[in-house]
Amino acid sequence: MYSEKVMDHFANPRNVGEIEGASGSGTVGNAKCGDIMKMDIQVENGIIVDVKFKTFGCAAAVATSSMATEMVKGKTIEEALALTNKAVAEALDGLPPVKMHCSLLAEEAIHAAIEDYQKKHPQG
Amino acid sequence: MNKVIYMDNAATTATRPEVLEAMLPYFGQTFGNPSSIHGVGREARKAVEAARKQVADAIGAEAREVYFSAGGSESDNWAIRLGCAAMSKKGKHIITSAIEHHAILHTCEAMEKEGYRVTYLPVDEFGLVSVADVENAICDDTALITIMAANNEIGTLQPIKEIAEIAKAHGVLFHTDAVQAIGAIPVDVKEWGVDMLSMSGHKFHGPKGIGALYVRKGIRMSNLIHGGAQERGFRAGTENLPAIVGIGKAIELAVAELPEYTEKMTALRDRLIDGLTERIPEIRLNGHRTKRLPANVNISIRYLEGESILMRLDLAGIEASSGSACTSGSLDPSHVLLAIGLPHEIAHGSLRLSLGMENTEEEVETVLNELPKIVENLRAMSPLTPAYLR
Repeated sequence: MYSEKVMDHFANPRNVGEIEGASGSGTVGNAKCGDIMKMDIQVENGIIVDVKFKTFGCAAAVATSSMATEMVKGKTIEEALALTNKAVAEALDGLPPVKMHCSLLAEEAIHAAIEDYQKKHPQG
Repeated sequence: MNKVIYMDNAATTATRPEVLEAMLPYFGQTFGNPSSIHGVGREARKAVEAARKQVADAIGAEAREVYFSAGGSESDNWAIRLGCAAMSKKGKHIITSAIEHHAILHTCEAMEKEGYRVTYLPVDEFGLVSVADVENAICDDTALITIMAANNEIGTLQPIKEIAEIAKAHGVLFHTDAVQAIGAIPVDVKEWGVDMLSMSGHKFHGPKGIGALYVRKGIRMSNLIHGGAQERGFRAGTENLPAIVGIGKAIELAVAELPEYTEKMTALRDRLIDGLTERIPEIRLNGHRTKRLPANVNISIRYLEGESILMRLDLAGIEASSGSACTSGSLDPSHVLLAIGLPHEIAHGSLRLSLGMENTEEEVETVLNELPKIVENLRAMSPLTPAYLR
């Protein structure tokens, strides 16, 4: 039911952990529903130089978190904000339909971390 | 990779070689239609009736009280329907429990749409139905009580004999879903005093697609499928001859092996429970410590989600099951785990290991070595894990 890429990112997740003194961090999801994602980003000169995640959830939730971190690392804030759940799912060679909400969480987690960063670092 | 360790016997079991061997002649050789008059038909009829006798003997019933079906779910559906029909003059009230299999719960919901009232009894923290609750729920119009003998997820054994006595005293029919109990604990319909009992062949090393329903003689039968005269006219359709031979052989072997099974499974189960409890912090055993199926282990592993645990176990060659939402196809975790009072997030992290006679002490040790590593690894990734566990 899962693609090889999902299994690879689940078995060997990239960028697991936390960033001490992160520029921004966001937590989305709900333990009651069975998945929570926490993303930390480190931003320098408008570029996401480092990103780490922690996820409580199914294999798809772990794999989408891992893939999303890879997709925003080294990108500008604007580029990262343009990341869609569809793009994350496609990069994983697709997700089973019932698991699509997991990719939504990954997008939301990235956005929440960026929002937090922007709140802490107001423009102008 | 090493041989796969299969610990999901509550989901299904491998058909035993002796069972398969008994079935094989009934495909190409003795293939007759049991309703045919000629020789090969008569041979087939003999085989069906011999299997019916094997099933009846295994549960202390008479052969005429055993009806073959396509499995546990069909038997459960049939039992509720025929029980309600037989008691239609008494009323339209059914009593069941909150932790039944969906084959019971969804049939009860269907009966509600047809004007029946259903009481879903709660269970305690161990998954036990209270006998007093059953008695208090009985009304003048109660037609049927249906309570499972053993729970498929947490393995809790219900006080079936006591419930049967109460049902009898109040003139209410009593059905038990014994799908997990047959071949796992001693089952005797007369000693238990049940009116109807469901079973499924593939849970005790028989083939899939075959089950049976015991209906005590004297209860008015009603049709499940209209058509020919098979199953005394109540379930029409040419018999699944090889599978019927298979369930007969499987139940005979399972019952003969029960003392050995109980001893071996109990020892392996307890080793798993004790070993996991020692090696993994913050886990809890779901179900009752002693009133449980000899081969059932169900634990909740805090801060983790069940599907992740299953997939990691699968990668390590260990096959198990979980009650997490992600494995149930809904957003809610198992109704059984919620009914015993687990909060959602703990219920999501459940793991069921259901043993079988093929499992060895070595395999149990492998699980005891692998699972703590998987838990540690996944907990390091979980944002819920408290600092002292990292």
